[in-house]
Amino acid sequence: MKKILSLLALTLIISAASFTASAQCKGFAKKVCKLDLIPYIHDGNYHAAILTEGEEAELYKTFYADQEYRIAICVVDAFPQIEFKIYDSNRKLIYNNRDHHMSRIWDFKPEASQQLKIVVKVPASGSKKSDSEVISGCVAIMFGIKDKK
Amino acid sequence: MFFKLKTYSSTPLILSAMLLMAACNSGGSKKTTEVKVDSAELAKDIFSDISNAKQIFYSLPSPMESAMLIKSAGATYNEKYLNPISNVSKYTSNKSMALNLGSYITDLSYASMFDQSQTTLKYMEVAKKMADGLGITEAIDQNTIKKLEENINNREAILDIISETFMSSTAFLQENDRQSLAAIALTGGWIEGLYLSTRLVGNEPIAKNKIVNRIVDQKLSLDILVKLLNNNKSNKDIAEIMPQINNLKKIYDKIIIKSSEIKTIEDAKSKITTLKSTTSSNISQPILNELSESVKNIRNNFTL
Repeated sequence: MKKILSLLALTLIISAASFTASAQCKGFAKKVCKLDLIPYIHDGNYHAAILTEGEEAELYKTFYADQEYRIAICVVDAFPQIEFKIYDSNRKLIYNNRDHHMSRIWDFKPEASQQLKIVVKVPASGSKKSDSEVISGCVAIMFGIKDKK
Repeated sequence: MFFKLKTYSSTPLILSAMLLMAACNSGGSKKTTEVKVDSAELAKDIFSDISNAKQIFYSLPSPMESAMLIKSAGATYNEKYLNPISNVSKYTSNKSMALNLGSYITDLSYASMFDQSQTTLKYMEVAKKMADGLGITEAIDQNTIKKLEENINNREAILDIISETFMSSTAFLQENDRQSLAAIALTGGWIEGLYLSTRLVGNEPIAKNKIVNRIVDQKLSLDILVKLLNNNKSNKDIAEIMPQINNLKKIYDKIIIKSSEIKTIEDAKSKITTLKSTTSSNISQPILNELSESVKNIRNNFTL
């Protein structure tokens, strides 16, 4: 019984921590990340997750012909060197932020509609850290579109 | 904003990772090398090497993007195709409220694209009712309506309010372990955008019709929608929606899209990269008619 109660308490604590973390992630995306999209208009989609060093997130999206887009990868200060790559539907690498001074923003215009895959990776820390601490933080992938009035 | 997680044992981390994952789940000008590949094959490829990424997102065009695509294809504004606000009292289940939250936000985005401010305002009111019914009171509140009224002649502010409304609604559902309802709202919005496109095609021949091109392009997003729904198929409401979407996919599967290889060219001054490629499809009037009929049936099923 004591074990069950302990497990229940642990689950509740973790659930509460997860909820707080994801709620903070939403606030971060709304208040900080949207600014990176200016002068483009945020499309209204929300894609954010809490990642830890060495982890990655993938996103699949169709980008439409003759629209102008901005992809902005928004991360907490703890992750200054986030890796950001884009592949086409033939798995060909079409953008790597390593070739663009680790930029977290990419502006582009497809001439034909394309299904693209965006891969964002938090690099593993080079220095050996204490096993007792792992740094995690919010990573958001945001899209802006040019409004053609 | 970052968090330092103490790792006393692996169990809490695994548990929290699972909970966090649950909380966060959605014609060219210049000739290029003509490597013609069927996009259906490409679609299989792009998903075939899904790695062990901690988080995988399937992103559909938002209501705002759907409305922009309709406008940029040269469509006109026609209020008769909107989901009537009088339907609002019919939506009492979570599924119908989520579907029509998406549908009404697409309609108000479409109206706002054509500067129809009073309609935008009326549709924001009904979207609020859907959000209230789903318990998303923080996404659309009286302040949202007030802000919209105060900025009724400021297009940029209106678009910002709409995008924030949609983001807050779906984010709230995702982080409250209701990701199935978030997926349903996205589905409702996407179907409404496709429905408006099929109604607004006009009489221009298919070969030159930009709206038809936009409808064909939705084949690519349909692949992503199917993945998104499959991820949530254990949910009863999603399971009810899936056969209708799968039927639509069967019709879309008749369309073969051929694309050339992408070449990237960055403009040194603007820093904007052009993805140069060409595309063509075998869309025909009978296939378009079949698609339009199927979309109409699904949309009527969602809204009536």
